[in-house]
Amino acid sequence: MATSVVAPMVGKVLKIEKKAGERVEEDDVVLVMEAMKMEIPVVAPASGVLKEIKVSPGQAVEAEQILAEIE
Amino acid sequence: MDAALAAGLQGLLLGLTHLEIGQVVMILIGSTLLYLGIAKGFEPLLLVPIGFGAILVNIPLAGLMEEGGVLRFFYETGVLTEIFPILIFVGIGAMTDFQPLLENPKIILLGAAGQFGIFLTLLLALALGFDKLEAVAIGIIGACDGPTAIYVSSKFAPHLLGAVSVAAYSYMSLVPLIQPPIMRLLTTEREKKIVMGVVKQPVSRTTKILFPIVVTVTASLVAPLGTPLIGMVMLGNLMKESGAVERLKRASENEITNIVTLLLGLSIGATMQADKFLKLETLMVLALGLIAISLDTAVGVLFGKLMCLLTGGKINPLIGAAGISAFPMSARVVQAEGQRYNKKNYLLMHAMSANAGGQTGSIIAAAVMLSVLKGMGIV
Repeated sequence: MATSVVAPMVGKVLKIEKKAGERVEEDDVVLVMEAMKMEIPVVAPASGVLKEIKVSPGQAVEAEQILAEIE
Repeated sequence: MDAALAAGLQGLLLGLTHLEIGQVVMILIGSTLLYLGIAKGFEPLLLVPIGFGAILVNIPLAGLMEEGGVLRFFYETGVLTEIFPILIFVGIGAMTDFQPLLENPKIILLGAAGQFGIFLTLLLALALGFDKLEAVAIGIIGACDGPTAIYVSSKFAPHLLGAVSVAAYSYMSLVPLIQPPIMRLLTTEREKKIVMGVVKQPVSRTTKILFPIVVTVTASLVAPLGTPLIGMVMLGNLMKESGAVERLKRASENEITNIVTLLLGLSIGATMQADKFLKLETLMVLALGLIAISLDTAVGVLFGKLMCLLTGGKINPLIGAAGISAFPMSARVVQAEGQRYNKKNYLLMHAMSANAGGQTGSIIAAAVMLSVLKGMGIV
């Protein structure tokens, strides 16, 4: 079953910590966002294989936007 | 001729021969403030001019705070008249985004709860023998809102201005150290882990424009003496949100705020003359200020627990700590603490709402206090 990693708030993608195809455990940091001049680590909501990363560093994102898919 | 030359040369030593130990201590304190501002990045915009002002005013025979002295001129025209803090408020309004508050209006209650420490500290200061007006100026440190603290103390206890400002700005920088232990102590493991979901409530432009006008009129009717504070913040905010006076908004948040910050900082530093600052009273103000901020944090978190209870566990009490107005520092502290206990917890935007509420709350608390004092016939 696929699980989405969604943006917890409006902000900007700062850096991507994992690659597509990589295995991630629940609570691993998938990417780091910047909001209100603060770095926010965004973690995997579940364990699995990172199927796709839908954003790139520097990209502005809306709250609840899908950032990556885990399968 | 030789005697005249010797006397002339002696004139160059006069400063040194008049230097007293208290002035040396104050020059060291001023240097410490400079160090904190420059090397540690603690509120440099205020601490650098304050620190330098404190050094200048403790140079013997320089007369910067004597009749006709340049710092005395800034102090009398800008601080005693309250003009400097008032102008800063316009800039703050122009820089503040109240959207997080409008997205989540019930959170404003946390901003109100975060002000209780002010009143508790006021009582404590009274118990310690400070007079009523001094106690008000000390209590307001708890708001963790520098300009409000400066405004209130310049109005009621100008002799405490140096101590109150140094306390307010130093503690604002120390929020990441002061708040976490209190937050951890007062919340359970389960409460710390509460996830609050995503804030996604669109706020219309009309609401954003109406907000400063409605707040000004209602808050000023309740607490008329606070109108200069509330009015100026909300004027700045209206200029920002209306988008109609971009030049005025830019001037308020840049040129005006920058010039006034420089002169205000210098003037505050200038109140820190050795004979006025090196007193037990100053240490008590610093200690009470720390107590005020701690109490504000504690009451905010406890109120957060109450809201958690009333909402059936939907509110993470940690966000109560952002009810003080150290913006956006305390909201960041809440985010970091929340994620420490639950990596899937993103409290930043909720904490920002409480923080914006705290900013409004501290100004309203000051306004209420002024009006109550007026009602009691004290001012």
